[in-house]
Amino acid sequence: MPPVVIQIAYLASAILFILGLKGLTSPATARRGMLYAEIGMLVAIIGTLLQHEIVRFDWILVGLVAGSAIGAPIAIYMPMTAVPQRTAISHMCGALAATLVGVAEYWRMGGQVPHVEMAALGFEVLFGSLTITGSFMAFGKLQELIKGAPVTYRGQNTVNITLFLGTLGLFAYLIAVPGARPLFYAMVALGLLIGVFIVLPIGGADMPVVISLLNSYAGLASAATGFVLGNNVLIIAGSLDGASGLILSILMSKAMNRSFRNVLFGAFGGDATAAATLQVAADKTVRTISAEDAAIQLAYAQLVIIVPGYGMAVAQCQHQVAELTEQISKRGGAVKFAIHPVAGRMPGHMNVLLAEANIPYDRLYDMEDINPEFENADVALVIGANDVVNPAARNERSSPIYGMPILNVDQAKSIIVLKRSMNPGFAGIENELFYNPKCSMLFGNAKDSLIKLVTAVKSV
Amino acid sequence: MNGISFIELYVFVLAAFVGYQVISRVPPLLHTPLMSATNAISGISLVGSLVLAGANYGTVATILGVVAVASAMTNVVSGFLITDRMLRMFKRGDEGK
Repeated sequence: MPPVVIQIAYLASAILFILGLKGLTSPATARRGMLYAEIGMLVAIIGTLLQHEIVRFDWILVGLVAGSAIGAPIAIYMPMTAVPQRTAISHMCGALAATLVGVAEYWRMGGQVPHVEMAALGFEVLFGSLTITGSFMAFGKLQELIKGAPVTYRGQNTVNITLFLGTLGLFAYLIAVPGARPLFYAMVALGLLIGVFIVLPIGGADMPVVISLLNSYAGLASAATGFVLGNNVLIIAGSLDGASGLILSILMSKAMNRSFRNVLFGAFGGDATAAATLQVAADKTVRTISAEDAAIQLAYAQLVIIVPGYGMAVAQCQHQVAELTEQISKRGGAVKFAIHPVAGRMPGHMNVLLAEANIPYDRLYDMEDINPEFENADVALVIGANDVVNPAARNERSSPIYGMPILNVDQAKSIIVLKRSMNPGFAGIENELFYNPKCSMLFGNAKDSLIKLVTAVKSV
Repeated sequence: MNGISFIELYVFVLAAFVGYQVISRVPPLLHTPLMSATNAISGISLVGSLVLAGANYGTVATILGVVAVASAMTNVVSGFLITDRMLRMFKRGDEGK
């Protein structure tokens, strides 16, 4: 089989990948786009199998079957609320594949690698290894296998920076002396360690940034693999993945008014924020409301804006939200959803959950589009969101979230907050919205509260 | 391992530009499917792992290759399936309920 055929297959699949991503610019074309991308992947796989280096297919089959057997059930049965965890694991798998290919290439060459290839190989295994453990840690935090709160200790940044510089030093040395085999494996080990240390101090609220960043690293590792193997389709796909992760991380950081450096080196909710936290409390009181009274407000409202947050995912109550929406619409009220870019644990998390509950996507509004509408809203219903509606971001200079763009919930005529208790949100910051005289709290599990609200609205 | 040519750097940079242009137009509504789609596409590292698992490069390379094929294939299968599962859920108000 002449390699030209394979090259054409790769070119075709690169084009199909780009068309596939282009489809995602609108929900109407997205599924067709994904079909293109799937065909692209199939073409690339078939093209690869035609390569003359491949002499036996039994082990390939084992790998393909194992991968499909793991992948398919996850995708089919996993609840939508677990999407962030799956994404983290998937970054890990991608990075694992890239790293293993890199290590195997180095092993196969017995360290006899030209300098330039060594540079590409180094990028591949470094981005790969830190993404493997980083994503696994992120998965652990999202799945609550490990404590979601930031883990900090004295001198943490010094330790991280030393580790990082040490690894870079090793990398530089290896480019000069590619044959230093033990050092290559040491560098992989250090990369794995860096991944753990980077994610350790990062709290749940910062997960959208971290997941996007790991997305980007996994892509860059793939692209570096492409350089090592001299394979353009790998370079293109990896660089698309890297660009996508980068764009998302920039958007997420902007939505929190924080820089990458700040996310990576300034653990949210650490000591620095403790002081600002406790100022409000004590002398102010919150008003509570019964489900029946809340239902009356909702039933007679012209416009209700619902603000979902991570709490909705935790309580898995998106279907109850949909039911409430339907009841309010039946009575003639309009219902809109205000989605903050960093609501939830990954970009677009809330949109997917609400779509799952059959809420049409033209009712979901981005922050810039919905903010001017809050002043016309009769009721703003906040379900498990906290930091993204905290007015401290606007006017409390000392607050760690100062400057973060927020949803203007406090401009609504009335505010109802569904919340488990008065515990502060994941960032550990007091929310003065709850003390606003227009605001009333409906305490309890969000799912139970919503069920009560639905029944009460029906009987109003 | 082939030598790295400058052309490959061009490919990388141009693909990054195309990616940036295309992906910045993806609405926030679809950011989660976008991420799972790029996950699936990054399963393209299969291309490297397949050769490793199928060529005669020795036992170590074969073992690493098989594990790499399995993890890349996990991404491809679960990534594309879940992306489609999510995209199927997105409906406009006037589409049938």
